[in-house]
Amino acid sequence: MSSRFRSRLGALSATGLLLTAAVPAPRHLRVCADPNNLPFSNRREEGFENRIANLVATDLHASVAYTWWAQRRGFIRNTLNAGRCDVVMGVPADDEMVRTTRPYYASTYVFLTRRADHLDLRSLDDPRLRRLRIGLHFIGDDYHNTPPAQALARRGIVRNVAGYSIYGDYSKPNPPARLVDAVARGEIDVALVWGPFAGYFGRRSAVPLVLAPVPEDTGPTGVPFVFHIAAGVRHGDTALQARLDRVLQARRSDIEAILSRYGVPLAGKEPT
Amino acid sequence: MTRYCGMGALALAAAALTQACTGARADEDRHAPPHDISATHADSGAFAQPGAAKPGEWTLPGRDFAGTRFSPLAQITPDNVKSLKVAWTFSTGVLHGHEGQPLVVGSTMYLVTPFPNIVYALDLANPTGPAKWVYKPNPDPASQGEACCDIVNRGASYGDGKIVFNTLDNHTIALDAKTGKVAWSVRMGDINLGETTTMAPLIIGDKVITGISGAELGVRGRLAALDLATGREVWKAYSTGPDTDVLIGPDFKAFYPSDQGKDLGVSTWTPDQWKIGGGTTWGWVTYDPGLHLLYYGTANPGVWNPDMRPGDNKWSMTIFARDPDTGKARWAYQLTPHDRWDYDGVNESIPVDLPINGQPRKLLVHFDRNGFAYTMDRTTGQVLLADPYQYTNWATGIDLKTGRPEEVPAKRTKEGVNTTDICPSSTGGRDQQPAAYSPLTHLLYTPTTNLCMDYKGVHTSYIAGTPYVGAEVMMYPGPGGNRGEFIAWDPVAGKKVWGIKERFPVWTGALVTGGGLVFYGTMDGWVKAVDARSGTVLWQFKSGSGHIGNFITYAGPDGKQYVAVYAGVGGWAGAAVFGLSPDDPTGALGFVNAMKDLGDYTAPGGMLYVFALP
Repeated sequence: MSSRFRSRLGALSATGLLLTAAVPAPRHLRVCADPNNLPFSNRREEGFENRIANLVATDLHASVAYTWWAQRRGFIRNTLNAGRCDVVMGVPADDEMVRTTRPYYASTYVFLTRRADHLDLRSLDDPRLRRLRIGLHFIGDDYHNTPPAQALARRGIVRNVAGYSIYGDYSKPNPPARLVDAVARGEIDVALVWGPFAGYFGRRSAVPLVLAPVPEDTGPTGVPFVFHIAAGVRHGDTALQARLDRVLQARRSDIEAILSRYGVPLAGKEPT
Repeated sequence: MTRYCGMGALALAAAALTQACTGARADEDRHAPPHDISATHADSGAFAQPGAAKPGEWTLPGRDFAGTRFSPLAQITPDNVKSLKVAWTFSTGVLHGHEGQPLVVGSTMYLVTPFPNIVYALDLANPTGPAKWVYKPNPDPASQGEACCDIVNRGASYGDGKIVFNTLDNHTIALDAKTGKVAWSVRMGDINLGETTTMAPLIIGDKVITGISGAELGVRGRLAALDLATGREVWKAYSTGPDTDVLIGPDFKAFYPSDQGKDLGVSTWTPDQWKIGGGTTWGWVTYDPGLHLLYYGTANPGVWNPDMRPGDNKWSMTIFARDPDTGKARWAYQLTPHDRWDYDGVNESIPVDLPINGQPRKLLVHFDRNGFAYTMDRTTGQVLLADPYQYTNWATGIDLKTGRPEEVPAKRTKEGVNTTDICPSSTGGRDQQPAAYSPLTHLLYTPTTNLCMDYKGVHTSYIAGTPYVGAEVMMYPGPGGNRGEFIAWDPVAGKKVWGIKERFPVWTGALVTGGGLVFYGTMDGWVKAVDARSGTVLWQFKSGSGHIGNFITYAGPDGKQYVAVYAGVGGWAGAAVFGLSPDDPTGALGFVNAMKDLGDYTAPGGMLYVFALP
């Protein structure tokens, strides 16, 4: 916790009350976010969730006041549920830990490869996936993992899979980006990675990279690859949720424009 | 190792020497009470407790090297315990889960709190007065976000005039016991890589043995030995990787074929996965000076779901016997090969000497999270008996020929597939909270947990900007409905002798005394004194917050016997009282569902309670 944050906290909790008490012009929208997690958010407010939060706050005649907290186990408990803020951007629309708004975008896991390799992977059942070097984010958290880990394991594709921590080394910028770097560096041939990471860091790669959505994993034990993303408020905070929903709906095209600027592949649309 | 009989009469050598050093007579005590407190039981006075200090002291986490948590003090007895009263209390100023135990060296008590890991030195001659000193290490606040299961600390060790403890942000710190000044401080891990430290280091001779937490986050587990005088690292033994990293050499002789072979820490993994393979070392370390071997267990393999890491995943879930001077492994035994249930193998292994079939044996007793109590030969690692000590259905037994569990295929978890009614749950038949062993009854006394789990479905959650799909773990009470039980266990027969059922999992370490009493506490805040032979509850007291710490007993400067324990519910089991939403039953890795009503019985607090006869 920075001293800057500490000095703000007292003032913020007072204004937070105003917001939930349906006063028309609250001064602050209190948001909790990760200070080191582009393309979503960072302390310099350069992430697309920072931009979307600004958009929402403007329409609520407020400015965004951040509490920075690394998104790890206990994030919701220590932020939203501890009263440090009232909104968390970018949660899955079916997240049970929070009350969610309607989703404001949907993205998908993608195959990320080097353009020069012309792999053009389109299916998890592509036999080449048995010999290519594959990289995935791992979560840990008592064996919980990203959907591609499950889908590959079910196909018996395990020996050629390398794990890159989603937490990474937090002392370095944007730790999850290492998986994208690994493709660029040739450490792996393909990353099965959440679209916003691939789109944002893939564009910035010196080695040209291409991405393609991982198609739906069909069958009774299939896993989802498309996720709808919403904003989260505390359970019971229906007033704030309704207010956010109105703005998110009204600003739909502006939000899409922001997502497009960050290279976020939107589900159902071919990536550009 | 040269200091066998140092200050504080820490005995560090063979049993005979120990006897000479520590004595069992109060009149040798530098801090002798003004009158004989009839401290020691006649029989227990003859029980060698290598590593234990004077009868009235408690200088190592488990009191002695073996971690028996036995004290010969006998002033409090089954006859008079009904008069036990609170003598004094102390607020630690911290509200999170208070695991571990205080130390008593001479007439000073040392406490280590949960994060921010404050160390207090309290004058037992004036416990209500100002502390002798207070040390605040100011650990990095970000370490709180890395710790898996509350921000606990399991206590310190005393040796050579130093109090040695770990901070959540991975510093092992030695303080001058008299002044609280830092003798040395060494960083043993990096929170930016998901590493934290919660375990209590063990001082063996001139070395500090210390471990690491974070198997969930891809941390590669290891145990290290530091020079007690300087903090310099003497050796480091990894839990995964090639034999050279695991310190497996020519002296290594595993008992079972599946634990034999070259570089099993590499070959039992998919390529390179051992580098993020877990097998952390956050439990208790014990030591047998006779064999000159230390014992500890390693945690779960990381980080994939089981289907992504075919193979035994060595050396996760393993009991190691190592030479404390070199770290070289003498033997290893993997308890749960290819873990699918999160049954960490970190629980303590207690050396005891008892006859099996009439023959005196050097045994090691270990209550594993997988639900089985192992009685092993501690010279070889052979399993002599392995019986379930709580309701267990994932395996029908342990094959004593191969050492491997006889698994029930239907209880093997698979991500994305519903596997229901698995017992015990990930919390285990028991977690780290340690057992006690009495040389008077030849029984072990251990807290247990009676929870089962469903491991099922596709559950989306959220971390670091990435939707991820996890198994949804849901825990609930096991057969009988009681979520915990405190039991007495016969390690030779492999049988429960008596048990006391409890509403919640029993999460305190046990204490057994020369007076014939056993002490334990409950998560809803009861302290209980029990007749060690019959299991009759003779006295109980309701504390201000639930108990997850370990009991100690000591002789005060006034000659009285005291019993001390932290109150302060929390830890993995107590997460429900820290604002985890009851709307998410899978919170705290599924533990919240089983503990929804904990908040009806207790609330956070951080107090030391000390009891004595009037």
